[in-house]
Amino acid sequence: MWEYTDKVKDHFLNPRNVGEIEHPDGAGEVGSLACGDALRLSFKLDEKKRIRDVKFKTFGCASAIASSSALTEIIKGMTMEEAEKVSNQDIANYLGGLPEEKMHCSVMGREALEAAIANYRGQKVTKEEFEVVCKCFGVTDREIMKAIRENDLRTVEQVTYYTKAGGGCAGCHPKIEALIEKARKEMEKEAPPKKPERKKLTNIQKMRLIEETIGREIVPALKADGGDLDLIDIDGSKVYVALRGKCSFCPSSEVTLKQYVESKLREFVSDDIEVEEVRP
Amino acid sequence: MKTVYVDNNATTKVAPEVREAMMPYFSEFYGNPSSMHFFGGQVQRKVNEAREKVAELLGADPSEIVFTSCGTESDNAAILGTLDSYPEKRHFVTSRVEHPAVGNVATYLGRKGYRITELSVDREGRLDLDELKEALADGTGILSVMYANNETGVMFPIEEIGQIVKERGIPFHTDAVQAVGKIPLNLQKSTIDLLSLSGHKLHAPKGIGVLYIRKGTKFSPFLIGGHQEKGRRGGTENVPYIVALGKACELAKKNMKDENTRVKALSDYLEQKILEKIPNVLVNGDSKHRLPNTVSVSFEYVEGESILLMLSDLGICASSGSACTSGSLEPSHVLRAMGVPFTAAHGSIRFSLSVYNTKEEMDYIIEHLPPIIQRLRDISPFWKDYLKAQGKV
Repeated sequence: MWEYTDKVKDHFLNPRNVGEIEHPDGAGEVGSLACGDALRLSFKLDEKKRIRDVKFKTFGCASAIASSSALTEIIKGMTMEEAEKVSNQDIANYLGGLPEEKMHCSVMGREALEAAIANYRGQKVTKEEFEVVCKCFGVTDREIMKAIRENDLRTVEQVTYYTKAGGGCAGCHPKIEALIEKARKEMEKEAPPKKPERKKLTNIQKMRLIEETIGREIVPALKADGGDLDLIDIDGSKVYVALRGKCSFCPSSEVTLKQYVESKLREFVSDDIEVEEVRP
Repeated sequence: MKTVYVDNNATTKVAPEVREAMMPYFSEFYGNPSSMHFFGGQVQRKVNEAREKVAELLGADPSEIVFTSCGTESDNAAILGTLDSYPEKRHFVTSRVEHPAVGNVATYLGRKGYRITELSVDREGRLDLDELKEALADGTGILSVMYANNETGVMFPIEEIGQIVKERGIPFHTDAVQAVGKIPLNLQKSTIDLLSLSGHKLHAPKGIGVLYIRKGTKFSPFLIGGHQEKGRRGGTENVPYIVALGKACELAKKNMKDENTRVKALSDYLEQKILEKIPNVLVNGDSKHRLPNTVSVSFEYVEGESILLMLSDLGICASSGSACTSGSLEPSHVLRAMGVPFTAAHGSIRFSLSVYNTKEEMDYIIEHLPPIIQRLRDISPFWKDYLKAQGKV
């Protein structure tokens, strides 16, 4: 049995905003009977161009119905510009999370919203412009790339959970792998990977690392400017230091401390380090 | 909350008599049947007694009964143990609707270089015996087809199939996990060489199975170890569960008539009422050749997992062949092999009964199912489309 949150169960058993709006301002439909789920979304705007009324109809499992219901609650009252920023993660988060295998239900919600907004704007979203990578479920390269980027996906299995692509005959797995590689390269270029999470330090390790960093990174740099620095004490994440030499009567010492010493200690030791100067 | 358990093809309740019979073998009688002392000897006698009871239900000789850990082990042992005895035979024939315990063995053998033939089924889930005849070859090491399908309850004509296979001198295995205890068997008069059964499908606990191996059948042990089970399956006997299975087989024999009269009538009643009260329902599988306890129906334009969870909310436990329930994205391989239309394949529900079910429980299901289907159809975009196309709205 799937582990659904209470919020998923609530939105499944008591779905909000079921129906179809007659003469809607925007309407979109994604999925099909063959695929096993489908969502039809329609909305009407008020005079301020905000979504006044939104309705859905969904064919699918509990999480598909809950995701659709959540989507309608999220976008009610939004402008088009706000609504188009809603991601599948927002839908999943609203529901307190979805099992990873069911994330494609939240993606279906986002896709239906996208289609409805495009319909409102008079744009046509046609699959023909893109390559259909997964023939079993009719998923295009664009949809796969988008899911990889928005959800930070790394494996074919994850892509299947989020988009269904690759969940049938498995013939497109090599293509999906290539798309993952392509997307990840693009993502790395845009935002270089962050340093891996630091290991939690014990008190002694932390103190040693602070001493080491001051000796190796900070003091030589200060000395180059004719200054120096002594470590006075360490209390948790507070580091007490005294400035010597030129630094001690430099009016910009506080800036030196804050911007330089603290940033170095934060870089090499821990993000929560605070530096305080001890004056004689 | 009231619990109406109609998922007996998944697993069954351990019968109170079975539970009672097995308990002393966890505590007082903990000896090893292989031991020389009286303490082990008294346990050995109970194991033999259980073996006799299993043999009696199957119409077999006790020496032909090998205890295993589950149905899957029995299936694996039967197929791999037989092929191991005929190393020159590199062809395996099975059907497209087998349980994964056989289906995935076929995939495994395919990777090992075996030629695999998977026989197709028609819309009713039936085999084509001409296709079977053509599939058999001199190099065929074993044929393995199920006795009854777990999802639809459809029974294959096992003896007719056996005749065809016997004429070619090919070993014949059947996965009878769903059939044993539900329909009468007499293996002495049968063409079956190897047969698998699983205890927890007939009110014994999970973790015990049997492989029947007809006398004179070539077989290499799958689990290599001690002399237990006459060298056909190593490992110290799971005594409490063996005793439990013996008791369960004794009960099954006693309940066979009830299963095929009262339980069958309940299944028929349930199916008929569903068809009567709910529009656009398809029955999955050949209803003339079907287990007495299984009802498999598809509700068009709605999805199975949603139905199951709404039923579950009311205490009703059933199952579905829909994609979403298994974590895969495609509906069950059985329904796909049968060519169930996609308007219905995702909305399949299986009710599988046992002797513990009552008419009141069927009425409870019949009372609550139609509004659930209606609710989901009201949410489904395709139902209104369908009604419109029919000119009904």
